[in-house]
Amino acid sequence: MKFTENGDIIQIEDLVFEYGRAEAEDGYDPHRGAAGGAIFPNAVDHVTLCVARGSFTAVIGRNGSGKSTLAKNLNALLLPTGGRVIVDGFDTLDEAALWDIRQRVGMVFQNPDNQLVSAVVEDDVAFGPENLGVAPDEIRTRIRDSLAAVDMYEHRKMAPHLLSGGQKQRVAIAGVIAMHPEIIIFDEPTAMLDPEGRAEVMGIIGRLRKEKITVVLITHFMEETLDSDRVVIMDRGRVAMDGTPAEIFSRTEEIEALGLKLPFAVELCARLRERGLDVPGDLLTEDELSAYLLTLYRKDGFPA
Amino acid sequence: MIRDITLGQYYPEYSRIHKLDPRLKIIVTLVYIVSLFLIEDFAGYAIALVSMGAVIALSKVPLRFMLRGLKPIILIIVFTFTLNMLMTKGTILWEWGFFRITKEGLYNAIFMAARLIFLIVGSSVLTLTTKPIKLTDGIESLLKPFRRFGLPAHELAMMMTIALRFIPTLLEETDKIMKAQQARGADFETGGLLRRAKALVPLLVPLFVGAFRIAQDLAMAMEARCYRGGEGRTKLNMLKFRRRDALAIGFTALYLSGIVAERILL
Ligand SMILES: Nc1ncnc2c1ncn2[C@@H]1O[C@H](COP(=O)(O)OP(=O)(O)OP(=O)(O)O)[C@@H](O)[C@H]1O
Ligand SMILES: [Mg+2]
Repeated sequence: MKFTENGDIIQIEDLVFEYGRAEAEDGYDPHRGAAGGAIFPNAVDHVTLCVARGSFTAVIGRNGSGKSTLAKNLNALLLPTGGRVIVDGFDTLDEAALWDIRQRVGMVFQNPDNQLVSAVVEDDVAFGPENLGVAPDEIRTRIRDSLAAVDMYEHRKMAPHLLSGGQKQRVAIAGVIAMHPEIIIFDEPTAMLDPEGRAEVMGIIGRLRKEKITVVLITHFMEETLDSDRVVIMDRGRVAMDGTPAEIFSRTEEIEALGLKLPFAVELCARLRERGLDVPGDLLTEDELSAYLLTLYRKDGFPA
Repeated sequence: MIRDITLGQYYPEYSRIHKLDPRLKIIVTLVYIVSLFLIEDFAGYAIALVSMGAVIALSKVPLRFMLRGLKPIILIIVFTFTLNMLMTKGTILWEWGFFRITKEGLYNAIFMAARLIFLIVGSSVLTLTTKPIKLTDGIESLLKPFRRFGLPAHELAMMMTIALRFIPTLLEETDKIMKAQQARGADFETGGLLRRAKALVPLLVPLFVGAFRIAQDLAMAMEARCYRGGEGRTKLNMLKFRRRDALAIGFTALYLSGIVAERILL
């Protein structure tokens, strides 16, 4: 059954997710209280959220705030304890829709080593399409296109363990693209990469956006959220803040109260303001900041 | 470095042997192994030698790679050779106290060593000319008929694929753990066997924990990519039976009849 209540590709309605009591009793989580005790907070706690088709949403929040749990609810790796999740018209609780949902919602995980299946890059990219039953000729086309899209086509015969972290992560992205998804969820894709690998992956995410693929990026790097259409901040399983990067990062105190750091440029602006400099409130990126600082110099008669 | 190890021992080359259907290569190798046990005298080995030589030449794999497979079992060869030579009764050629070499013993020793060498080199041809992935595909396809009897053909092949992918990763992990523990004073190199075995325990525990973590992550990643077992799954590299495969069957049949004829007639 398809739902199309509004045009949004992801509709999360009052989602609650609780990891099983048994799992908690394994002592998985120290801040849940004593094992078997009374405190079993929901990992995702009454979240209602819609994501527009083709948008780029960044999700941030401190460790254990429920970001990954939320993400896994979007492609039915986890099913809601309460409420529902509707993805491109499919309810994740509808078992018959499971494969439609997973095909539509691609997911890239944090550890580049633990998500590649095959000992050859192109075979790995083929894995998803093979699972979907795509014809071999079509799989070949998809391998070529998706590896080209992440600039890894010339490495198609390589063994993944010989690639750099950033390259592995690009192969993982190609494997997802080859399934022709509508949405790609990135769960801290750059957390284990060096700055170069991080830039590579962020570059690819930028391209996906141009291809009108809906991107949800979970990250701990504030700088990576600045390009997004929307930033969602999770805290203790709930949505604590939700807005454009400019809106969100102008509320500096609230953000710090949520245990998060400000992006570098925003932080610097805040400090400059503290020292009495009249910095405009809409500077988010380092480029914008440096451009602004240069205009200051010119006004004050310094050489440009 | 531990990263450089290659798995299996595939030798990349574009030869007619490389291009053969892996299923066929597996079957031919099995036929060849069986044929070795049909051989009763050196005339039979002559046929095997000529045929094998032709295949090796066609495969374009340098001979020394073929012979490299013998290195790990050289001890076994020497051992069986000596045992056969000394233990067989018959006409005495040479005697020194307890030791005696008989004519029959010498014959047996050479015969058995030759069989072992043929066996190893023959199976090396398979692994040297077939990519591990293709080998996996071939095994999966050959085992498919046995699914009816409950043999999980696809699952076995998937396990092999994943093993091929993760052995280097786990080796790296081992390397890392070892270095970390050596840095904290662990000693893997000195002491008796028992001591060294004990030193491995603190290595194995984190390694297993790591392997389980990888397995968990990977299972999730595979599910996210719509993995649901072999049902309804297509394959990028569909195995195709071509003319050269038919030709290879012809040659194999010729070889086998040669061996059988030699055994019956001579
Ligand atoms: N498999 C599990 N079993 C039991 N509890 C879990 C499990 N996975 C996560 N949790 C708990 O659920 C809560 C949310 O975890 P989640 O992994 O979604 O957080 P996160 O925001 O992704 O954190 P991080 O930034 O560290 O990745 C945490 O309290 C966590 O301990
Ligand atoms: Mg997480």
